[in-house]
Amino acid sequence: MKRILVCVKRVIDFNVRVRVKPDGSGVVTDGVKLSLNPFDEIALEEALRIKERGEAQEVVAVTIGPADCQQQLRTALAMGADRAIHVVHDGGVEPLTAARAFLQIIGREQPFLVLLGKQAIDDDNNQTGQMLAALWQRPQATFASKLELAGTTACVTREVDAGLETLEVDLPAVVTADLRLNEPRYVKLPDIMKAKKKPLDSVSLADLGVVPGARVRTVRTEPPAQRQRGIMVKDCGELVAELRKRGVL
Amino acid sequence: MAKVLVVAEHDGAKLNAGTAKCVRCALGLEGAEITVAVFAADGAAVAAEAAGLTGVARVLRVDRPENAHALAAVLAPQVAQLAAPFSHVFGPSTTFGKDLMPRVAALLDAPQLSDVMAVESASRFRRPTYAGNAIVTVEVEAGLKIVATVRTASFEATPAGGAAAVESVAVNVPLPAHTRFAGVSAAKSDRPDLQSATRVVSGGRALGSAENFKLIYGLADRLGAAVGASRAAVDAGFAASDLQVGQTGKIIAPELYVAIGISGAIQHLTGIKDARTIVAINKDAEAPIFEVADVGLVGDLFAIVPELEKLLTA
Repeated sequence: MKRILVCVKRVIDFNVRVRVKPDGSGVVTDGVKLSLNPFDEIALEEALRIKERGEAQEVVAVTIGPADCQQQLRTALAMGADRAIHVVHDGGVEPLTAARAFLQIIGREQPFLVLLGKQAIDDDNNQTGQMLAALWQRPQATFASKLELAGTTACVTREVDAGLETLEVDLPAVVTADLRLNEPRYVKLPDIMKAKKKPLDSVSLADLGVVPGARVRTVRTEPPAQRQRGIMVKDCGELVAELRKRGVL
Repeated sequence: MAKVLVVAEHDGAKLNAGTAKCVRCALGLEGAEITVAVFAADGAAVAAEAAGLTGVARVLRVDRPENAHALAAVLAPQVAQLAAPFSHVFGPSTTFGKDLMPRVAALLDAPQLSDVMAVESASRFRRPTYAGNAIVTVEVEAGLKIVATVRTASFEATPAGGAAAVESVAVNVPLPAHTRFAGVSAAKSDRPDLQSATRVVSGGRALGSAENFKLIYGLADRLGAAVGASRAAVDAGFAASDLQVGQTGKIIAPELYVAIGISGAIQHLTGIKDARTIVAINKDAEAPIFEVADVGLVGDLFAIVPELEKLLTA
């Protein structure tokens, strides 16, 4: 079966204004809306479009997290994933641990393509996809804005600092989604009902033989330094004079 | 003592400014001995440039035909091999470094710290999370090799003036052929590069059309500035996506940033908060961009921009 594996993460919803706890122990998560990482949603959407074009037969979504992140897997199923796998783990997951867990899932599922978001919008690490490709010893194409499959290879356009780079990679491969790869679909109510009947398997990190790493410790969390509001000028003449005075012109 | 390997970013002919910023970051580690590695098909010019960076002790030049293009899958095994005697492996937090370094870290079984913005000790660093809305101080378990990408906006480039030795080394690891470079299309431009420009003029949704967006180019040329755009302007098709400034686009730190018709969404502000001087021009006096601007001007951009251009010509 031609299968695509999509790795997703639950994060604080991107519309939430993140606040740092006064004691510096982290950010406020109580009562805060949690959602699928937006870049992972884009990755999932791409997988669904590939399947709808007839270039894949099954889309499997996998996540790592505590019991209640099954809600986000249900969202993935409602979007159109055929099955979901929940790797149950309480507490933080370092990128290399996540990559090791996903590698075990790859071993079980044998996908021809693995899609992830380029980064999760909580830790902003931008590591897991690349680490997974390294451990799997397969190609990686990060920051994808276009993905075309052609038999045993894929052609991926990447958004790099220099412009748009195109790579040809042999399959199987890991591709990480950038913002402009696609626009994810909205989930409709009947799809949410249907998703409740789709298979969702649970497995623990220990079942996969993965020992979670805890090699990077967060000592302190602080809000960023704030810029001060400056001055207002009345017209262009004042603006140019002010900038000359500051020595920036 | 910290032994730091900095992976150079270059285009085959010139060193990228991010490399000199990585060196500056590495100099923040006590007693750091800094080695720059240049992977290229022919790295002579780039290695010579790296050898001239103040603070660099040694440059390792790894010439292989496979290194003609910076492919993470091809470079990572070579970096990992070279990294053995080093305590830290740094690369710039550009798309080059973000692509490559985690692959290196996985091969080394080392943790990676992304977007390092400050050095507190050889094992303790600060980095942004949540799009810059929470800054974390992280401590890596003692005795581990540390891989990191360096947030270029947080460090000044180390100046030229050094004279390190360049050493050609052979790295004999098998390289995969499963990843192939097929091309790159860059918007050819005589203007300064957005990422490294000292002045940037950006336009937002208020420009209204791609045609009107040319106003931004006119003013930028007058200032010798690079051109940027807000995500709203890019999404509306007024400007190319590689001009996008913000958390999901480019994070920049120019001396002068001029925001024209940009309201100042959080994700945009995240991309410019390290600019030295921010100028905002917007018709809405309540726009959030004014909260962070050093100098603000409320008014119609279609009148202001041509007038500014005229004043700057005079």
